[in-house]
Amino acid sequence: MPDIDVRINGIRYQDHVEPRLLLVHYLRDRLGLTGTNVGCDTSNCGACTVLVDGTGAKSCTMLAVQADGTEITTIQGLAGGEGAGAPEDWHPLQKAFNAEHGLQCGYCTPGMIMSSVDLLQRNPDPTEDEIRHGLEGNLCRCTGYQNIVKAVQAAAGELRAAGAPGAVVGGQS
Amino acid sequence: MSRPRGLAEAIDVLRADPAAVPLGGGTDLLVALRAGERSVRHVVALRRVEELAGVTTGPDAVDLGAGLTWAGMEAQVGATLPALAAAARAVGSPQARNAGTLGGNLGSAAITGSTLPVLLALDAGVEVAGPAGTRTVPAGDLVRGPGDVALHAGEIVTRVRIPRARGPQQFLKVGQRGSVITAVAQVALVLDLGARRVRCGVGAATPVAFRPRAAERAAEAAIDWDAVTADPDLPRRFGALVAADRPPLDDLRASAAYRRHAVAVLAERALARALAA
Repeated sequence: MPDIDVRINGIRYQDHVEPRLLLVHYLRDRLGLTGTNVGCDTSNCGACTVLVDGTGAKSCTMLAVQADGTEITTIQGLAGGEGAGAPEDWHPLQKAFNAEHGLQCGYCTPGMIMSSVDLLQRNPDPTEDEIRHGLEGNLCRCTGYQNIVKAVQAAAGELRAAGAPGAVVGGQS
Repeated sequence: MSRPRGLAEAIDVLRADPAAVPLGGGTDLLVALRAGERSVRHVVALRRVEELAGVTTGPDAVDLGAGLTWAGMEAQVGATLPALAAAARAVGSPQARNAGTLGGNLGSAAITGSTLPVLLALDAGVEVAGPAGTRTVPAGDLVRGPGDVALHAGEIVTRVRIPRARGPQQFLKVGQRGSVITAVAQVALVLDLGARRVRCGVGAATPVAFRPRAAERAAEAAIDWDAVTADPDLPRRFGALVAADRPPLDDLRASAAYRRHAVAVLAERALARALAA
């Protein structure tokens, strides 16, 4: 079995994996990082989005071995603090999706937030159109997207006020 | 699964196992594997092959590594190859644009691939390397049919060389919705003011992307190249000639009649915009 050496949410993993193992199954089944959801299995819905070396990737369309040598952030690596998930430690996007009610069933939310992180790193002050374009790879069947767009706008404002658009990815390292 | 770090190693692996399949960003192959449409015994992941990386912008040509992603094209060729940057921007989703590669798009030779029509209009040469060495294939000779590339055993696409052309470029496509959808028609157009040529690439409308030569010649003859202007009716006539070049596909994504209409509209719009630029 091939070896992989990968940093996930700030922790280094050296592992042997089946060549056919998808990254999302490595994250969920091997590491227990079940915050990353599998939605469609066909690379359409984006629920499985994680950051690979800082940019959005669909972890259901990527083999675990392809992640060798990369740094991965999942939804569970976004909050600061010691990992207990206390609301005050949440990432501004997590707070904004909560405050603006950018979800109903919540299934798409982890991917939606990770794609939003990618978007705001590239564009700290996006227009509504740019937000919708930036999230075109993520489907939500509940909200109609309106509150998702509002949440991203709110978080963008928060991050700009904090003056650290480049430091969006906190991690727990 | 092989993960070669250099081109020679990649070619050795591919030559040794004729069933081995090269993997770029995986946006086609992994979806097909998951759907059970393909079964592959040996994947050769090319991400680390150094010779496939990088963009070199020279005075006469731009040289793109086959490992360049759509996101890389968006970021790096906007000024020199605006038609290619526009095509890259219109692909799939941000996640797909971070993963999918130039070489993978050419090598998979999907009917709906976005690079080939642009490379036809840009008169690109595709460098391929294999056991017998390196050769350059004109973009127009690379793809023989859907999924069928003119590569010998053990060969892969390594780089794409595009002569720089002064003048406006356009890329337009239409699909069933705005994003994350395969196109039903694509038109790339280059007005090469230096050579006084019109080059057009039409994709997703026929089994293989093509250049509508008769329409190109007609447009070249009708353009006043000193002023870069033309009779206001020229774009409409050009669109009609492009659409009449060959019969379009009739499939699940669109009827032949719809594609014929879409190609005419896109080609008309592309030429009108290029002349107005």
